[in-house]
Amino acid sequence: MLTIKEERVLEVKELRTYYYTDEGVVKAVDGLSYHVKKGECVGLVGESACGKSVSAMSVLRLIPYPPGVIEGGEIVFKGEDLLQVSEERMREIRGNRIAMVFQEPTTSLNPVLTVGRQISESLELHRGMDKESARSESIKLLQLVGIPDPERRIKDHPHQFSGGMQQRIMIAMALSCDPELLIADEPTTSLDVTVQAQLLEIIANLRAERGTAVIIITHNLGVVARYVDRVNVMYAGNLVETGPTEIIYAESKHPYTLGLLASVPRLDSPRKVAPRVIQGLPPNMAHLPTGCCFSPRCDYAMPECKEERPVLEKVGQDHYRACFYEAGKLRR
Amino acid sequence: MQNNHLIDVEKLVMYFPVTAGVFRKKVADVKAVDDISFHIKKGETLGLVGESGCGKTTTGHCILQLHEVTSGKVFFEGTDLVQIKGKSLRKMRRHMQLIFQDPFASLDPRMTAEDIIGEPLLVQHLDKGKKYREQVYEVMRMVELEPYMAERYPHEFSGGQRQRIGIARALAVRPAFIVCDEAVSALDVSIQAQIITLLMKLREELHLTYLFIAHDLSVVRNISDRVAVMYLGKIVEITTSDALYSNPLHPYTISLLSAVPIPDPVVDRTRKRIILVGDVPSPINPPSGCHFHPRCYQAIDICKEQIPELRNLGGEHWAACHRV
Repeated sequence: MLTIKEERVLEVKELRTYYYTDEGVVKAVDGLSYHVKKGECVGLVGESACGKSVSAMSVLRLIPYPPGVIEGGEIVFKGEDLLQVSEERMREIRGNRIAMVFQEPTTSLNPVLTVGRQISESLELHRGMDKESARSESIKLLQLVGIPDPERRIKDHPHQFSGGMQQRIMIAMALSCDPELLIADEPTTSLDVTVQAQLLEIIANLRAERGTAVIIITHNLGVVARYVDRVNVMYAGNLVETGPTEIIYAESKHPYTLGLLASVPRLDSPRKVAPRVIQGLPPNMAHLPTGCCFSPRCDYAMPECKEERPVLEKVGQDHYRACFYEAGKLRR
Repeated sequence: MQNNHLIDVEKLVMYFPVTAGVFRKKVADVKAVDDISFHIKKGETLGLVGESGCGKTTTGHCILQLHEVTSGKVFFEGTDLVQIKGKSLRKMRRHMQLIFQDPFASLDPRMTAEDIIGEPLLVQHLDKGKKYREQVYEVMRMVELEPYMAERYPHEFSGGQRQRIGIARALAVRPAFIVCDEAVSALDVSIQAQIITLLMKLREELHLTYLFIAHDLSVVRNISDRVAVMYLGKIVEITTSDALYSNPLHPYTISLLSAVPIPDPVVDRTRKRIILVGDVPSPINPPSGCHFHPRCYQAIDICKEQIPELRNLGGEHWAACHRV
């Protein structure tokens, strides 16, 4: 057992992050547990506002307070509970051993500093490099993420780059300290498919070369199918299903996952087949239903679903789901 | 021009001037749309795809005469919209509407849903008084919004519902032609599916013709009868939806299709992928010859020199490439 535990880079246990708003307590993340093994790529999938970004921000303790509070749980990174360590210790880890690529490069880069300055900052801070070697390392990183003519471009400011180029710079910054865990929050959502393919290929190659563990947060089920080893499907602040990618796509056992998969138009499916639709809207996170949060939208909801909230239970090899409905009777 | 064509675009050119200095002297042109021709039949949906900055939105705006086009003709049922101005153009606008991309930015936050949906009726002097309200409620029901929501403001609606308001506004004047400009791009997949289903249903019920602009090829495929692919202001391939996806001919279309991940790990991981290098070049100074040649994996010498013409390759399949 111990050996398996040691492999885990990150283990999130019963994480609860709440926001205290005028409308009431928003339980953005409510009892979430998952883990990431060394060199593994884990996908966090779900619709907007299901808590996937908040759970990632919680790992880095970047939840703005007020209104957000991490109410409880454990975030064990390499045997250390990040919720217990001091802010100084956290600064040593953030950007150094756990790096993050944010969703919108345009708003995440500092507009008044050159990109060279922004990349070398973390090199000087975390790896103790002097100005000159940080500069040459930054050039190498820009080259690595495929920015042409890096010696010249390093003196440019963010607005002189296109969206795809800016996201490459974000990735270069994230990789600068050779992190053990890379969290990519919707890294390609605002980008064109061709650029998206380029960037995900960069992340995949780096993962293969350096053995970095990756968490990709996305709502794009295609991206997940291509790059991810393990899928965690989130709904209203908690996992509803988790399992190896192939299993989830081929034999998902949760109505929400099935609905999500069916609502994605596919390039290879027969045309004119309208995507199947999940009725209704995601719930208001301040007023969650008492039972299963998905029950108001679920085709299979039974009376007990409205009263009791299902918990994750094993349904196969490394495959868990939270649902009361008999798995064999779900339509695909 | 044939009778069953609703829209005919002939040699459409749209250049935006780039100015510099105190006297705003023109120094260059952004060649947003550069000599394109196509038609849309009655009741048909034409998909228009391409990367950002390829001119697909500008094309939509030019058809609706939201820009003063540089040259070319746009026929709507035989009337050249470029030639008419003022009152008669405003009258024509009734028949052509636009659905916007961002349901958060495109609705006035200080107007109620009813005012937003009904505004085009007032502008066009169509329905007044009791009939006005009836028509607003009618289109609200069409887009599956309840009439009791009419008094609400945009912030009280979710993203999907806001997009429904945008659709209702477009439908209010009972148009024949609607340009859907990235109408579902900003929405979650489950909501996206709901809106696409709604657009397909409305098309059947109201006999609408759509120009469906999007960058997501899998979305376009589902709703379109024919698809046009744009690159740097030019149409590089146009054909039926089935042919484009089963037998793409232009190298750009092929690489664009291969970049779209398929939500099935078994299928996707065995698929051949072409990763395009670099970004889309600037439309101010596009590459010589075929605009795509610096990124093309099939480029030969002639591609650098000669601009390929859109050629018919059998049936409704047209492509602009020296290599096919």
